[in-house]
Amino acid sequence: MTLDEYCREKDIPGIKGIDTRKLTRMIRKSGTVKGLICDGNMTDVEALRKISDTPENITEIISTKQIYPSPGRGHRIVIIDFGMKHGILRNFTRRDCNIIVMPHHVSGKEVFNQHPDGIVLSGGPGNPYDLPYAVELIKEFLGKVPVFGIGLGHQLLAIACSLSVEKMQTGHRSTSHPVKELVSDKVLLTSQNHGYTVIKESVENTEMEITHLSLHDGRGVKT
Amino acid sequence: MKRTDIESVLVIGSGPIVIGQAAEFDYAGTQACLALKEEGYRVILVNSNPATIMTDTEIADVVYIEPLTVEFVEKIIRKEQPDALLPTLGGQTALNLAVELAKTGILDEYGVEILGTKLETIEKAEDRNLFRGLMKEINEPVPESKIAHNLEEAFDFVEETGYPVIVRPAFTLGGTGGGICENEEELTEIVKNGLKMSPVRQVLLERSIKGYKEIEFEVIRDAKDQAIVVCSMENIDPVGIHTGDSIVVAPCQTLTDREYQMLRNVSLKIIRTLEIEGGCNVQLALNPDSFEYYIIEVNPRVSRSSALASKATGFPIAKIASKIAVGLTLDEIINPVTGTTFAMYEPALDYIVTKMPRFPFDKFESANRSLGTQMKATGEVMAIGRTFEESFLKAVRSLEANIYHLELDDEEERTPELLEERIKNARDDRIFYIGEALRQGIPLDTVHDWSGIDRFFLLRFNNIINLEKELKENKNDLTLLRKAKERGFSDKTIAKLWKIPEIEIYRLRKANGIMPVYKMVDTCAGEFEAVSPYFYGTYEEKNESVPSGRESIVVIGSGPIRIGQGVEFDYATVHSVKAIQEAGYEAIIINNNPETVSTDFSISDKLYFEPLTIEDVMHVIETEKPKGVIVQFGGQTAINLASQLAEHGVEILGTRLEDVDRAENRKLFEKTLKENDIPQPTGSTALSTGEAVHIAKEIGYPVLVRPSYVLGGRAMEIVSGEKELLHYMKHAVKASPDQPVLIDRYITGKEIEVDAISDGENVLIPGIMEHIERAGVHSGDSIAVYPPQNITENVKRRIVEYTVKLAKALNIKGLINIQYVVDKEDVYVIEVNPRSSRTVPFMSKITNIPMAKIATKVILGKTLEELNVPTGLVPEKDGVYVKVPVFSFAKLKNVDISLGPEMKSTGEVMGKDRTLEKALYKGLVASGMKFYHHGSVIITVADKDKKEASKIAKRFHQIGYKILATKGTANYLKNKGIPAEQVNKVKEPGSKNLLDMIRNGEARLVINTMTKGREIERDGFRIRRESVENAVPCLTSLDTAWAALKVLESLGFSVESIG
Repeated sequence: MTLDEYCREKDIPGIKGIDTRKLTRMIRKSGTVKGLICDGNMTDVEALRKISDTPENITEIISTKQIYPSPGRGHRIVIIDFGMKHGILRNFTRRDCNIIVMPHHVSGKEVFNQHPDGIVLSGGPGNPYDLPYAVELIKEFLGKVPVFGIGLGHQLLAIACSLSVEKMQTGHRSTSHPVKELVSDKVLLTSQNHGYTVIKESVENTEMEITHLSLHDGRGVKT
Repeated sequence: MKRTDIESVLVIGSGPIVIGQAAEFDYAGTQACLALKEEGYRVILVNSNPATIMTDTEIADVVYIEPLTVEFVEKIIRKEQPDALLPTLGGQTALNLAVELAKTGILDEYGVEILGTKLETIEKAEDRNLFRGLMKEINEPVPESKIAHNLEEAFDFVEETGYPVIVRPAFTLGGTGGGICENEEELTEIVKNGLKMSPVRQVLLERSIKGYKEIEFEVIRDAKDQAIVVCSMENIDPVGIHTGDSIVVAPCQTLTDREYQMLRNVSLKIIRTLEIEGGCNVQLALNPDSFEYYIIEVNPRVSRSSALASKATGFPIAKIASKIAVGLTLDEIINPVTGTTFAMYEPALDYIVTKMPRFPFDKFESANRSLGTQMKATGEVMAIGRTFEESFLKAVRSLEANIYHLELDDEEERTPELLEERIKNARDDRIFYIGEALRQGIPLDTVHDWSGIDRFFLLRFNNIINLEKELKENKNDLTLLRKAKERGFSDKTIAKLWKIPEIEIYRLRKANGIMPVYKMVDTCAGEFEAVSPYFYGTYEEKNESVPSGRESIVVIGSGPIRIGQGVEFDYATVHSVKAIQEAGYEAIIINNNPETVSTDFSISDKLYFEPLTIEDVMHVIETEKPKGVIVQFGGQTAINLASQLAEHGVEILGTRLEDVDRAENRKLFEKTLKENDIPQPTGSTALSTGEAVHIAKEIGYPVLVRPSYVLGGRAMEIVSGEKELLHYMKHAVKASPDQPVLIDRYITGKEIEVDAISDGENVLIPGIMEHIERAGVHSGDSIAVYPPQNITENVKRRIVEYTVKLAKALNIKGLINIQYVVDKEDVYVIEVNPRSSRTVPFMSKITNIPMAKIATKVILGKTLEELNVPTGLVPEKDGVYVKVPVFSFAKLKNVDISLGPEMKSTGEVMGKDRTLEKALYKGLVASGMKFYHHGSVIITVADKDKKEASKIAKRFHQIGYKILATKGTANYLKNKGIPAEQVNKVKEPGSKNLLDMIRNGEARLVINTMTKGREIERDGFRIRRESVENAVPCLTSLDTAWAALKVLESLGFSVESIG
């Protein structure tokens, strides 16, 4: 079976034969842009309309609609889903965590009802300032339960701690991003996929401390 | 953190080019020296190979061109007292030498620290036993194996594991002397041979994992234990064929993410365990049907693979490794490609790279072409494409093997039986038989069973074959044409399928906008802005190579390294580029050899990594619109393109094409010589055998005969009588009006070689070289001596006069190489090459005259006067300099080593000192010969050589050597009063024969000259091969024997009774 046949059978959309380097360079120059994979039957106007009809904030669309568990025997972890990738879930499961995944708009009470050992704010697309309710939610957790953030979650956490976040000129999106762990002065190679970052200067004169810095342009905050 | 406790570093180069160790170490060494200089260290370099960029005086603070032996490097250490030694950039040669030096105690005595890789690490990685122990310790699998010191131990091992087993001699280059054994007979032969080749008399026997996927990782680690993978590579040929002889792709194409991560982690674990500070190559075998894997080999140094990985990714491994060696860490070193990010970063590739080996079998027709664990390729090409098919087909046509597609170069019928045989038992041309099998409709699974090659690759080959069929059926279909170009088809191939001239395809494409764009090699798949001026062509939308607007000059490189076209031409190419930049132009290189300095993107203003065919070169030229193209430095490759480029209206700079033709076309050349009153050996052209006999009689024997349509000395022979001539005419060539045979008087004289630069008015002759071997031995295989030792002032004057006259008569603008033969006071011209030659780097190093640079500036329009350089013959330098050829015969079975008009050497070394004997000693030692004060010499020569050989024998006797000779030669010597011990000839029954004596190491030297065409000759062949395979020097020219004798005489005293 060819890849083409397989994708057709499973109804998986795909694209081939485009100048991917041209696309990469376009994104590098203009920053994150909206895109659409469509077939030849759609006119340019239709395509553009479809793109512009898609809201900037899509957390509502992609976050889970209901609470669901992924049971384990270890730590009780609540993951708040801002567009979580399944790899995150797999990694907690591998560590035998007892996981409850909750939608982005849950209340603090709902979270605390689960008596979590820790709260993980998932990654996701979009601008953290579009989710002020999430910032307020996180503020309820601070000082009570350990909170971890990935990507968008990390940015929301930073804002909740009164740090500032900005959109990057070009996001970090690949499998080989060097990050320096300041305490050991060693560089780790990481996979990254984010377009916003904590402003380094906003950490100064706070109780916050920078633990990891991107070797390329310097990012990372510990709370 | 950069180390401040060391100030000076000794870098050891890799010596002459041999199979298994080629130009990649010039590239690595040059980068290393420059990187260390950049960090402010005093760099002392030693290398015996003059034809390298690294031995240029600008590359290091102090450069020694001396033999790479303990004897000489020890002297350098005493003299220079370096703080540290960097042995990981000069291949196996430098690594072995560092180990030897450490053993002598000299490093401890002078407190010289070994950088990069600790001595124990080198030993752990190189000594099979230690390596296996280490792998066991860290729980990594290696195939069952055993070290054997003799044949019995080998048989014991096989009893346990069964056949097939792989045999690898310890501490040898490119697997010399190894192989796969399927039965007892093969095991006996290969183990015996392997024990001899190994300097420590050890061979490793290993359970064969033939058929596994062969995967390589290039990894780098620093002193902070930070480690990265620079590149992963996959051999298309499964385990069983040396990686140097395999077709290799980067990045890996058939691994799942899980497999990739598994092997990546193993590679990083190994470099951490070995605590290497620098680069390391890890070779792994992966079972295609499970996750089972084995570690095959670890090289704790930069290698051919790391050069390939550097060119494939843009990440300069040797440069980074050198900086790490002096304490810098990956997070401190800037990635030179992006200029903004750090070296602590794993490159991402958005293209596919294919490497193909270049084999010497066009030169060595009798050689055994089957591939195994012993490397046979002399060089390689690399191609970059956005699809596998494109990358692969570009590599095929880069080889310059007269093949432009996945097909064999002739249209002969191939039976299924032959296809099966050729695919099962890999030779250098297997891939083309695979193409043919798929074309004939043999199922892919069958081809997979025969070859073990992954179905992914076979599917891709099948795509090529299918597209070829589609094209054939749809002539002039533009959609298909575009698709074919995207899949890497050459215009030549499409033209053949459509049965129209190639130029028509080009025009059709141009008219319909089917032209390539150029993409950048940037280590990061476009994620960051990059500054590397390094490009490849492909058929997509966006062109990333924007001409700068400055006036530019294109230099055509010399392609893969092969016999007759070595690293010398890359040397000249690099110098030409520097001169173009000095003259204020932008310098653009087109080349496809991943090993060389010229394809380092930091050398030129722009590098195009492309095949050197007219189609690919024209695309670059149309993009760049240069002022002109220089073809003088790229050897035959570039010269062959010149006339086609001119037809496309491209300006060829330097000597005009009509004038090149006047030097290369025999008739026109004769005319030029006559007009200028310059003598050449009398000769004529024969169109039939009868005519040949007639001409030869008229000229007088001996005569030199060769077919006019063959270049480069192939099928050329010296014939001494009518009988031999008839034999030649019958067997070697068939003379006809279409295929004339050239017959020239053979002048037994001194061969002289001159390289000169002319601006059309004045001529600069840096020096004259004399060859040790008389005319008849290819100049590339002769020992050249500067200044000449045996010609009179009068002859020198005449040589200068003819050189100037010829350069002017041919309107040379740039370089010219002339070969003369001198018979007493008479000087004859035998050959003129209106371009850069093999001896340009040698002469440039001796005289300090940067010949390629000056020539380039002349080509760009300056006169010699304006450049303020002398004209005429430059006064001779003090001292004597010799260039000694180096051969790779031990790696090429069935090749006759005797010297003749066809070139056979792969590399060269230089020896210099105050006297000829001392210079020769250095040169011969650097080329691998060992001299002993006493011992035995075997002399077995042709009848015509007996008289001269007896004089040589007499003097060997006087310095205390025992003479061993076969019956004829022994009797002759005894009659002359020279004691000689008669030894049995090859086939005579008796206790011990000549071959046994060579095998047992009872002779230090063999002198053997050829008798043509008879039984004896076959014996001679066996004697010569036996010598090579047992590492006993075998001299096939009496001139070389004289030279060796003189060296021996100068090393000691002779004793002679008086009266």
